[in-house]
Order: sequence, then structure tokens, then C-alpha cells
Amino acid sequence: MRARVLIRPKAGILDPQGIAVERALPALGFAGVSNVHVGRLVELDVEDGAQLDDMCRRLLANPLIEDYEIVGRPEAERWSQDAGPDAPRSSLT
Amino acid sequence: VKFGVIRFPGSCDDVDAQRAASRVGEAVLLWHADRGLQDVDAVVVPGGFSYGDYLRVGAIARFAPVMEDGIAFAREGGPVLGICNGFQVLCEAGLLPGALLPNTSLRFLCKQVGLTVASAETAWTRACSLDEPLSIPVKHTTGRYYAPEPVLDELEASGRVVFRYAPGENPNGSLRDIAGVANPAGNVVGLMPHPEHAVDPLTGSEDGLKLFESVVPALA
Repeated sequence: MRARVLIRPKAGILDPQGIAVERALPALGFAGVSNVHVGRLVELDVEDGAQLDDMCRRLLANPLIEDYEIVGRPEAERWSQDAGPDAPRSSLT
Repeated sequence: VKFGVIRFPGSCDDVDAQRAASRVGEAVLLWHADRGLQDVDAVVVPGGFSYGDYLRVGAIARFAPVMEDGIAFAREGGPVLGICNGFQVLCEAGLLPGALLPNTSLRFLCKQVGLTVASAETAWTRACSLDEPLSIPVKHTTGRYYAPEPVLDELEASGRVVFRYAPGENPNGSLRDIAGVANPAGNVVGLMPHPEHAVDPLTGSEDGLKLFESVVPALA
């Protein structure tokens, strides 16, 4: 399945990135903006979607400081940098 | 005493840590992709940007082959010190409680700070005395110590807060001014300030040497 994981700072944890963005918007003339939060987006293809929750808890998010939400995405959708499953991926090590 | 300093891709304080440790003992570098700890007596996880800090600071380094041995060494009671990025790695690896969040200011900080020793009972602070002031630099963007309130209460009650920023000197918004913590046994310690950069009067302070001296029985 093609999945999308939305990762956000946990409610109640100070989010200085959100605050910085919230303060910057009025400088551009945008009024009435509040509750800005900045998180992270992970998109991935997985053979077994049942493993996604475990992946989130153990690596993609740090449950101590972050909440995550797993959402599906259409099979046909392409990430702009997605070179396809057969493209070579260099190893981290 | 033989120290091993782990070198990940992206580590940048490994050589300073090796140099600091070699003031009080022998010190070797341990490459992230190798197995085995070369019979070291203590392990230092140094500062830097391990694996580019991809995903989250410290999140990937815990899967390095050498860390499997490092984690086993820590669980058997071996002295392990995590400095800055090393502290973040030990938190991500579950060896230390809590997590490090972006500085409240969102700015990279590089400055000398005053610390207070809050526990002289750990493997890395035996050469210090309780409430002793230390002058040690910090340099980080993600150094705001966070743990849920009940965890902070427990850490304080059990003497596992090892270092605090001196009153008025908390540079990053760390909860309860916490600069460093220990595991329950006291053999694993992590801190954001850099003791390895404070080992010579030339750079303003040699207070950092005390952490390395603490694991040398004759000096502790």
C-alpha cells in the first residue's frame, strides 16, 4: 500500500517552529492566523500495511514527543521525487 | 583505563573526545560499522550530526552495528557517556529517559555555560562533589531536555538528574534546568554540554576533565 504518515509535536509540548511561523505571517500582512504547528510528512510504499503502526512507534515518530497519523494515498499518486521502485537507492552505510 | 569513542558518519567531536579521554587514559576510536568494542573500559558517544540527524536527531545512530555492542555494554553496567548528539542517541536508544527538543529560541547556541553537579554518585561524576560549579561550553540547536512531568519527578526523587544549568543560565529552555541525566544504575550518563571541549586552560576551562577522571578508579 502507498501510505502517508503525518507526524506532529504532541499537544502541550512547546512548538517553537509553529510559533516562529505564526509570528512571521503577520509580517507579510496575513492577519487572523493562530494555532500554527509544524510537523513532518513521511510517504512510503509498504507490502504489509499492518506493520505501519509498529514502524511509526519504533522509528518514524518518537511517541514521547510526537503524535502520528497514518493515512492512505491513491495508488496512482506520485511524490515529485519518486523515481519508481526500481530506481537504485544508495545505502546509508 | 581504556576509552572507546564511537565515530558515526557525521560525528564531529569524536577527535576532541578522544583527545580529552587520552589525558586520563588510553583512547581509541570505534567505527560505527564495526562490531566489538576492542576491550574498552568505557564508551563515549560523541557530539555531531550522526547520519545527518535524518528523521530526528539521534534516531538512526542507534541501529549502527557498533551500537548493538555499546547498548549491551551499557546494560551490563559498563560506563557510557553521551555528549550532545551522543545524549540524543542514548535517549533514542532507550538507555536514558526523555528526549531533546529544538531550543526555545530556535537558534544554534555556542557559548560557555555554568553547570551545577546535581549527582556525584554516577560513574561519570565520582570525581566531582555535589553542587560543584563547572564551566563547560554548549553548542547545539536541539538541546531542550524534555520528559513528562511524572518522569521528571521520578528523576529528581531518585537522584538521576546529574547536571543542571546554573540559575539564570539555562540556554535552551530545558525543563527544570536539566543539562544531564543518568540511568537508574548511574553507569550511563548523557549531557548536552561538551566536557571534551573543556580540558585545557587555553580554551577557558578544564572542568570537563573531571568527567573522564571519574571513570579512572585512581582519580575518582
